[in-house]
Amino acid sequence: MNYKSDVLIIGAGGAGLTAALHAKESGASVRVLTKEYPTRSQTCMAQGGMNAALANVSEDSVEAHIANTLKSAHGEADEEAVRFMCSEAINAVEWLDSIGVCFSRTADSKIAQRTLGGASAPRACYAQDYTGLKILHTIYDRCLSQDIEILNEKYLLDILKDESGVVKGAKVLDIRSGDIEIYEASAVILASGGYSRIYDKNSTNSTASTGDGIAAASRAGAKLIDMEFVQFHPTALKNSSILISESARGEGGYLLNSKGKRFTNELAPRDVVSRAINDEINKGEEIFLDIRHLGEELINEGLPQERKLAKLYENVDPVHELIPVRPVAHYTMGGIEVDNKSKTSLDGLYACGECANHRVHGANRLGGNSLLEIVVFGKEAGLNAAKYALETKNAQSELVLEDGFFEEIKECKNEIDFYAKREHVGNMFYKDVGIVRTQEQLKSALLEVKELQASLNLMGVSDKSKVYNTNLVEFIEFKNMLEVCEQVVSSAIKREVSCGAHYIV
Amino acid sequence: MKISIKREDNIIKYELDLKDITLLEALNYIKSNLDNTLAFSSGCRSSVCGSCSMRVNEREELACNYKVQDGDSIEPLKNMSVIRDLVVDMDSAYKTNFKAKAWLNKLTQGVSLNHDDEKRNEVQSDCILCSACYSACPVYAVNGEFLGPFALTRVWKYVSDKRESDEKSKIDNVQSNGVWDCTLCNECTLVCPQDISSKADIEKLRAKSAGYGYMDPSFGSFGGGFGFDGSPSF
Repeated sequence: MNYKSDVLIIGAGGAGLTAALHAKESGASVRVLTKEYPTRSQTCMAQGGMNAALANVSEDSVEAHIANTLKSAHGEADEEAVRFMCSEAINAVEWLDSIGVCFSRTADSKIAQRTLGGASAPRACYAQDYTGLKILHTIYDRCLSQDIEILNEKYLLDILKDESGVVKGAKVLDIRSGDIEIYEASAVILASGGYSRIYDKNSTNSTASTGDGIAAASRAGAKLIDMEFVQFHPTALKNSSILISESARGEGGYLLNSKGKRFTNELAPRDVVSRAINDEINKGEEIFLDIRHLGEELINEGLPQERKLAKLYENVDPVHELIPVRPVAHYTMGGIEVDNKSKTSLDGLYACGECANHRVHGANRLGGNSLLEIVVFGKEAGLNAAKYALETKNAQSELVLEDGFFEEIKECKNEIDFYAKREHVGNMFYKDVGIVRTQEQLKSALLEVKELQASLNLMGVSDKSKVYNTNLVEFIEFKNMLEVCEQVVSSAIKREVSCGAHYIV
Repeated sequence: MKISIKREDNIIKYELDLKDITLLEALNYIKSNLDNTLAFSSGCRSSVCGSCSMRVNEREELACNYKVQDGDSIEPLKNMSVIRDLVVDMDSAYKTNFKAKAWLNKLTQGVSLNHDDEKRNEVQSDCILCSACYSACPVYAVNGEFLGPFALTRVWKYVSDKRESDEKSKIDNVQSNGVWDCTLCNECTLVCPQDISSKADIEKLRAKSAGYGYMDPSFGSFGGGFGFDGSPSF
């Protein structure tokens, strides 16, 4: 079957849905595909807030927001892009407010703001600690009001081009039926999320963050940049890697070692705090987040999710007890290179959200800038892709369809258990391509990734059924993850000096 | 620990040598170690994405928010067609948001909201669309067109929002297969992992509807029903 639209969007998180709204508003026909359902993306897990220099709580300025972002980026951000994002932040929050996002309010009826790490002022607008959830759901509701077509449980296999190499569509696995489908479009926007799950259980992310779009873009010839910049969040629950939001430290939470001593500035940027914790752990210390002094009322009001998760996964009640934590992979700054129109290095292909690299985070993203990025650049991707699609929609060209990625996978034998390998890669990456790296570790990791890739033909699926085969989906994800792993390590090897999240000794 | 999982028409028992884990951790263990063919959905592991909603001992739970016990019996959600094992087709459930027009009708700028305004629909905006309430709702057995608990909660969220300046059209839209079709049995409230009471929201929507001159159609046989003050008008 063959489906056509002006703009095809892959991914239905905050970035994809924002892109869809703006593309549709520009007059383009829009179709969104998601491998899950539209409200289940990583966006719903963002808790702390969304940065905008509204100065609602204390003095602040767009210039200060820019300066903080550039400083945290360690010289690896593009100043023009950062300037654009920070300047647009105020409009972005106003837009979200106008469509019904229920931001928390101050006593004088303004949008409330809290301080997150690396910020010189309380700048993050929030909705308790459900900021991402409430933003995502409201954007989704807006998409419904505009009757935007969203097709669920469609898994991207390959990006398709015409004979001249222009991107014209995508090849997709319908997870429910097991059928392969072709979607044609004059422009394709990737909004498919990051790749933190290459660290497997050592990640705060949804199990869906497997870098599918990045791997598909790379196979199609798009350029990836800064893949070595992986952000480790300082405070995930020790055993389950469930995120305890930075807002816990923003509200005044302390980090303590086994001796009950504070050892770092809790509100330094994430790379600094993660390394400080890592050093303590290497000295044999256990690390705890202490929010007891904040009191039950504040915890219930501002951090209800944190309390619930700590009880469920660590059997501790943070009102009375310390929360055991460790840093784990949380956000991937690297991704598909895009210009200031969100266009990738391939004609017809646009990208936004965590899979894209607009060079606004550089080597270390500030808390509160990811929700901002998806709204600001989701809009840009939607507007620019729609403009391009409407300009080129009458051009005659034929999709090139050939066997590739998926057909290879179907041929794989099931002799080696890829679930065990997936876990192994995650642990190996946490150790060797983690918070602190050496050239030797990186080189041995690359060797191991290549060996695993070479034996993929023996790791196929044992479930041979066609309908809703998650064994197959997870295997394709694993193959994508290995492709991404290779890019991460290769880029890390090339960068010989420490820079932000890439810390080499 | 033994748990049983309903897979199509069969009940399959699995034995796990694990304790103090969530049901989702147990399912992941089964999937990667015991049986690669088991199908279920999951995502965030932290109760915000709504993917792993299923029934445990005949009650709706999020697998990531439930500590699994010996003897537990797991089955897919109700009121939706089963695609495979624990995976249901949620398209019909999601569609209720569209039919209920659960969004802000008219965008408003510069409306100032205070703490009370924020609290008015804070709980309703915690909804994660896991469809637990949709599965637990008995009305679907008799009316497949019912807008249902989470969509009506969402309508209340927007109706109660000061930024919505077209409240009446939202109320008009939930009269048929909507607020009056609910039996107020409260099953939705009992299973909501986010402590939302759709029943209470539906009652609030009924009160608003009465304010706009609507009345419970089941009182129609009284010949005129009840007046605005609640007294019967014959």
